[in-house]
Amino acid sequence: MRSKFSYFCTTLTEKKRDMKILVCVSAVPDTTTKITFTENNTKFNSSGVQFIINPYDELALTRALELTEQQGGEVHIITVGDASVEPIMRKALAIGAASAIRVDAQANDGMEVAMEIAAYAGDKGYDLIMAGRESIDFNGGQVGPILSELLGYALVNIATKVDIENGRVLATRDIDGGREKVSCTMPCVVTAQKDLCEPRIPNMRGIMQARTKPLQVIPATVSSGSTAYASFELPEAKGAVKLIDAAEAGKLIDLLREEKKLI
Amino acid sequence: MVLVFAEREGNSFKKSAYEAVSYGRDLAESLGTTCVAAVIGRVENAGQLGRYGAHAVVEHTGAGTDVFEPAVYTAALDEIAKSQNCDVVVLSGSYTGKILAPKLAARNKAALVTGVVELPDMSSGFTVRKSCYSNKAFTTVQLNAPNKVLSIIPNSYSIKEFPGEATLTQLSTDLSGSSMTQSLEIDKQAGKVPLTEAEVVVSGGRGLKGPENWGMIEEMAELLGAATACSKPVSDMEWRPHSEHVGQTGITIKPNLYIAIGISGAIQHLAGVGGSKVICVINTDPEAPFFKAADYGIVGDAFDVVPKLINRLKEINA
Ligand SMILES: Cc1cc2nc3c(=O)[nH]c(=O)nc-3n(C[C@H](O)[C@H](O)[C@H](O)COP(=O)(O)OP(=O)(O)OC[C@H]3O[C@@H](n4cnc5c(N)ncnc54)[C@H](O)[C@@H]3O)c2cc1C
Ligand SMILES: Nc1ncnc2c1ncn2[C@@H]1O[C@H](COP(=O)(O)O)[C@@H](O)[C@H]1O
Repeated sequence: MRSKFSYFCTTLTEKKRDMKILVCVSAVPDTTTKITFTENNTKFNSSGVQFIINPYDELALTRALELTEQQGGEVHIITVGDASVEPIMRKALAIGAASAIRVDAQANDGMEVAMEIAAYAGDKGYDLIMAGRESIDFNGGQVGPILSELLGYALVNIATKVDIENGRVLATRDIDGGREKVSCTMPCVVTAQKDLCEPRIPNMRGIMQARTKPLQVIPATVSSGSTAYASFELPEAKGAVKLIDAAEAGKLIDLLREEKKLI
Repeated sequence: MVLVFAEREGNSFKKSAYEAVSYGRDLAESLGTTCVAAVIGRVENAGQLGRYGAHAVVEHTGAGTDVFEPAVYTAALDEIAKSQNCDVVVLSGSYTGKILAPKLAARNKAALVTGVVELPDMSSGFTVRKSCYSNKAFTTVQLNAPNKVLSIIPNSYSIKEFPGEATLTQLSTDLSGSSMTQSLEIDKQAGKVPLTEAEVVVSGGRGLKGPENWGMIEEMAELLGAATACSKPVSDMEWRPHSEHVGQTGITIKPNLYIAIGISGAIQHLAGVGGSKVICVINTDPEAPFFKAADYGIVGDAFDVVPKLINRLKEINA
């Protein structure tokens, strides 16, 4: 029979599994930004636009911090981008990441971003790599799944819950029309969806500490992506709304039947 | 050759599978090649995909393919693609497609475009339009690699019908060894129209005051054969399940008809529904921003208007 003492020790060692987590953080235009384009609709017009941490990445970062607080360990962030992304990287450090890596590249697409991150992370022994379910600018939803493939790690995509139990990942992910509970071993890639946690806001102490935390810049290793954004366009403006008197609301149904053949 | 992943639910196909196959057929024709459908796991009569445009169907029923698992399904799809020499792969942007498209592209150094909304244009190279900036804009993307993977937003393409069934080939390699994640439990609302596939969606916001008032929303949805959706605060307050939440942080949908009841039309909400073909808005506030995005509007109280709509639908159905 197991003595109380050895039981205590195993739970202790299980608990003390120091986790190394890498969180992929991207800079995106604030959610309320009015989107416009310049240079004959070939470039996003970033003048006057406020950039923020992609909201899903904020969730990934917060959950990563919560997990290391429970299990022990450290959270690092990585961003692929030029020097203009450093303010949002400092914000991620202020939220609580221990250090930051910037891959100095202007990536064209999610494949390129993921290849840069995989090249960096491949031999660093991360237990978890966390990303957002998608970036709200290009909405690719590509980086997380590609990383899992390039590194040969398990994948929990679009996760609403992630826990570590006895060295395994226990997670819940969105599926069409519902949710699925899954379990897998580490290393594992997890992409964050709303509900994963409440995002943390940096406090004064965090902001002060962030200034002196390490932010390492490394050169790009990937040559160029295989896609290119040729042009952008805004959706066609809607015509004026056709108003129907509330007293004759039923007419809406007739209009949808007769004008639009939808019912 | 063009390969299309035809997603199944249990042993029948999802509507999005027929849509993807029709898209793949039209794409194959514009490339002067054939369209092969890939089925993973066993399905009742996979050859029926011929009726939606597949010239041939390959069904992979190897060990491990019963239940979706990311690594296993990627391996199965890759095996099918290689067995048929396919250089262009089309998937639906369902939750499964969101995993398989990037993973398959990563294996084959393919050019990957997700969120595609129409057929590619071959007039200068290979370009395709996708939605971006959370549906506030579109971009035309150039694909510059020999292998290409496209995932299309559900409901972006109409299903077409073709005569006859397709020839069926089987693959059965044991893939169970590639499995990395274990499915423990699936929680799904059975018997409901899946939101991303629904042609008509009836959606409610905070204007409906409380969960007890969703009876009329569900009744109207049932009369219309529609799915139900909601705004973010409604799912945050747990008036409705999270799976109904549409918008920037929820699901993106493109139904033919979106009926928004008691929803203000915040930019983040519109991000998920702005692509709907026809939008009807019912709101007490004539200044609600949603009216600017609407085709039809009723300025009025939902508790007065919705019962009138239900009555009219019943009269018509009678
Ligand atoms: C980062 C971020 C992401 C977000 N993502 C999403 C998202 O994905 N989806 C989303 O929906 N929101 C999202 N939001 C929230 C969004 O900004 C709005 O707060 C939300 O959409 C408002 O929901 P609502 O329209 O139901 O509620 P309200 O804004 O409270 O509007 C209720 C409406 O009901 C009308 N009304 C009241 N009583 C009646 C009645 N009896 N009959 C008819 N009409 C009535 C009112 O006039 C009002 O227009 C996000 C916000 C942020 C900051
Ligand atoms: N340039 C980038 N640097 C670091 N991480 C990124 C970058 N772009 C995207 N990501 C990560 O990948 C996720 C999905 O992005 P995307 O594939 O672009 O939709 C984001 O939520 C981030 O976590």
